Amino acid sequence: MSDTTAEAPAGAPAATGSASGGPESLTDRLRSPRTYAVLVGSLLLLVLPFYLDRFWLQSGLFAMAAAIGAIGLNMLTGATGQLSMGHAFFLAVGAYGYCVLAGESSTENGHTLTGLGLPTWLAAILAVLLAGAAGGVFSPIAGRLRGAYLGIATLALIFIGQHVLFNAGSLTGGYNGRPVPPLSVFGFTFDDSELVVAAVPFGSSEKLWYAGLLALLLSALFARGVLRGRPGRAMNAIRDHRIAAGVMGVPVARYRAGVFVLSSMYAGLAGVLLALVFQRTVPEYFGMILSLEYLAMIVIGGLGSVAGAVIGAAFVSLLPQVFTHYSDSLPLVSAPGTGGLAPGEASRYLYGAAVVAVVLFLPGGLARLGLTRTKKPKTPRNPAVPRQSAAPNPSAAPKNPAAPKNPATPNNPGEKS
Amino acid sequence: MTTFVELLLGGLSIGSVYALIALGFVVIFKATEVVNFAHASLLLAGGYVTAVLHDDLGFWPALLVGIAGAAAVGAAIEFFVMRRYRGSDHSVLAIVTIGVDILLITELTRRMGTDVLALGDPWGNEVVNIGGITLAQTRIAAFLAAGLLITVFLLAFRYTSWGVSMRAAAENPQTAALMGIKLGRVSLAAWAVAGALAAVAALFLTVFPTPGLERATSLAALKAFPAAILGGLDSTTGALAGGLIVGVTESLATGYQSDLSFLGRGIGDLAPYLVMVAVLLIRPAGLFGTKELARV
Repeated sequence: MSDTTAEAPAGAPAATGSASGGPESLTDRLRSPRTYAVLVGSLLLLVLPFYLDRFWLQSGLFAMAAAIGAIGLNMLTGATGQLSMGHAFFLAVGAYGYCVLAGESSTENGHTLTGLGLPTWLAAILAVLLAGAAGGVFSPIAGRLRGAYLGIATLALIFIGQHVLFNAGSLTGGYNGRPVPPLSVFGFTFDDSELVVAAVPFGSSEKLWYAGLLALLLSALFARGVLRGRPGRAMNAIRDHRIAAGVMGVPVARYRAGVFVLSSMYAGLAGVLLALVFQRTVPEYFGMILSLEYLAMIVIGGLGSVAGAVIGAAFVSLLPQVFTHYSDSLPLVSAPGTGGLAPGEASRYLYGAAVVAVVLFLPGGLARLGLTRTKKPKTPRNPAVPRQSAAPNPSAAPKNPAAPKNPATPNNPGEKS
Repeated sequence: MTTFVELLLGGLSIGSVYALIALGFVVIFKATEVVNFAHASLLLAGGYVTAVLHDDLGFWPALLVGIAGAAAVGAAIEFFVMRRYRGSDHSVLAIVTIGVDILLITELTRRMGTDVLALGDPWGNEVVNIGGITLAQTRIAAFLAAGLLITVFLLAFRYTSWGVSMRAAAENPQTAALMGIKLGRVSLAAWAVAGALAAVAALFLTVFPTPGLERATSLAALKAFPAAILGGLDSTTGALAGGLIVGVTESLATGYQSDLSFLGRGIGDLAPYLVMVAVLLIRPAGLFGTKELARV
C-alpha cells in the first residue's frame, strides 16, 4: 500500500524536481537540447502570425486560452488534489464579466443589454478579479470538501451558471449571448482595423496572438513560481497526505480555498481571452462538456505541472480543429451531417480514450513522456529522497529560518495577487 | 392543496428513481472508494438497449436485456479499466471514470442523434384518480418498482453472504481480503449491480411525463449526484433520503414555477443543486455520511 501511494503522485514532483534550475549551471543548460527546443519553439510561436491563416490563428488562440485555464485547474486538481467540475462556470464569469464591464448599454434584437462601458483593459482585469471573487464565494465549500466530493459539489456551479446565463438577459443577452467589445490598451485596439506589418495584414487574430502569448507566458511563469515555491509544496502535501500537511502547520482549509480562488482567476483570464477571440459569448459553450474538456486536458498533459497543462490544452483544443480542417482526407471522419463521425465526436472519442490510457499506462501524462526520454541519464544524480511527497516541507524550512511556525502566512499575498 | 399533494407524490415517485441511481453510485463508492462519474452513461446505455430492442422482443424481455446490458457495461468498466489502475489515488480513478463517461456518452448520443426513443412501456399516459388527486400510472409504477428494488437490495446487503462480503470490503479492504473475501469479485459485483439499478432507473426517467430517451436524459440522471452527496456518499440510507429530497424539491420547484418566476425559467432543474450546496454548507459530509475521523 505505502509504495503505491508514493508512486501515484510521483508525476508532479518529478516534473518540478528534475526540471528545476537550481543545480543546473549555465553550461549545462547550453548543452541540453531542451534549451534549444524551447528557443526554437518560442521563435516559431512569434513568427507564426506571419504565415498562418485566420483559422489556424484562432485555433492557436483557443489553445492558449485553454492552456491558461488548464494551468489554473491543474494547480487545483493536479497539485492540490481537489477535483473541480465547475471550471466552465469561472470561464463564463470571466468572459461575461468582461463583456458587461467593458460593453456599452445597448439594445440588440429587442433585448436591452446593460454595460458599464469601462476602459477595456480595466474591464479585463476586473473580470479576472470577479472570477476570483466568485471562487471566493464558493470557498466555504471548496475549503471543506476534498477530492471527488468537491467534484460533485462544483457540478452545482455549472448548472447555476447555465441558469443565470440563460435568464439574466439584460446582463448576458440570454440565449443569443452578447457581443464582445475589442480590447484596447494604451490606444492600441485589438480589432480588425487594418495594420500592415512586414507586408502581412494584421487583423484581430494576429494582434491577439501576441497578447495571448504574453498572457500565457505570464500565467505559466506565475504558476511555476507558485508550484515550485512553498505554496506548491504545501499544496502537494495536502494532496498526498492531508493530515500530515495539517500537522506540519499547513492550514489545509485555507490553502484549499486559496487555490480554488487562484484557479478561478486563471479560468477568468482564460474566459476573457476566449471572449476576445470568439467576439461573441454564447451561454451554451460554457456547459459541462467544457469542464470535462479541461479535466481531460490536465490528465492527458500531466497532473500537477504547468507544462502538462499546456501540452494537454494544445492536444484537446487543437484536435477538433485538425479534424475539422482535414475531415476530407482523414479516414472515418467526415463533415457533420454526412453520416460519418463528426470532427467533434471523433476528437471526443480520442481524448476520452486518451484520458483512460494516460492514467492507466502513462502516469504523469504526456509532459512526463518527453521528460523521461531526455532526462534519463541524469536521474541517478537526483537522489530519490527529496521527491518523497512529504519530505520537501522540512527541507524547505532551513532556507527560511526566520519564518517558522506558520509557513503559510508569507505565501498568502502571493495567492491573492 | 390538491396541487401540493399531487406535486409531493410525484416528487416522491421521481425521488425514488433518483434514489435508485444514487444507491448504485453509493454501492460503487462503498465497495471501491471510487466516485463514478460515468454513472449517467451507464443509465443511458441501459435505456438505449431497452429502447432499441423493445420492438423485436417485446417490452419485458427488452427491459431484462437492458438491465443485463447495463450491468455488463458496468462490469466491463470495472474489469477492463478500474482493475488495471495500479496507483492508489482514488480521485485519479474518479477522473478515469470521467474519461469513460466521455467515451460512452459520445457513442450513445451519436447513435441516438436528435431522436427521442420510446421504451415501449405498458403504462402509456394513463392516469389514476384517487380522491381528486390525479397521478400518472407510470409514477405509481416507478414508486413501487423502486421501493421494491431498494428493499430487496437492502435486505440482500444485510443478510446474504454477498452483502456481508460487500460490507466487510467497504469497512476494511485489507482485513476482508485476509478473511478470504475476493475484493475483485466484490467490486465487480458492485459495478454490475449499479449498472442494473441504473437501467431500471432509465426506464422510469423516460416514461410518461417525459417524452422519452434522448440526449437530455443523461442530464436528468446527473441529479442523482446531488442526491448521493447530500445524503452522504458512504450511506445507503443517505442515498434514499437524498433521492427523495431531490425529487420532492425538484417537483415542487417545477410545480410552483409561476410563483418563483423572479428566479428565472427552469428553476426546477436547478433546485436539487441549490439544496445540495445548502446542505454541504452545514454538513460537509452530507446528512447521513460518516464524519471522517482519522488516526495518525
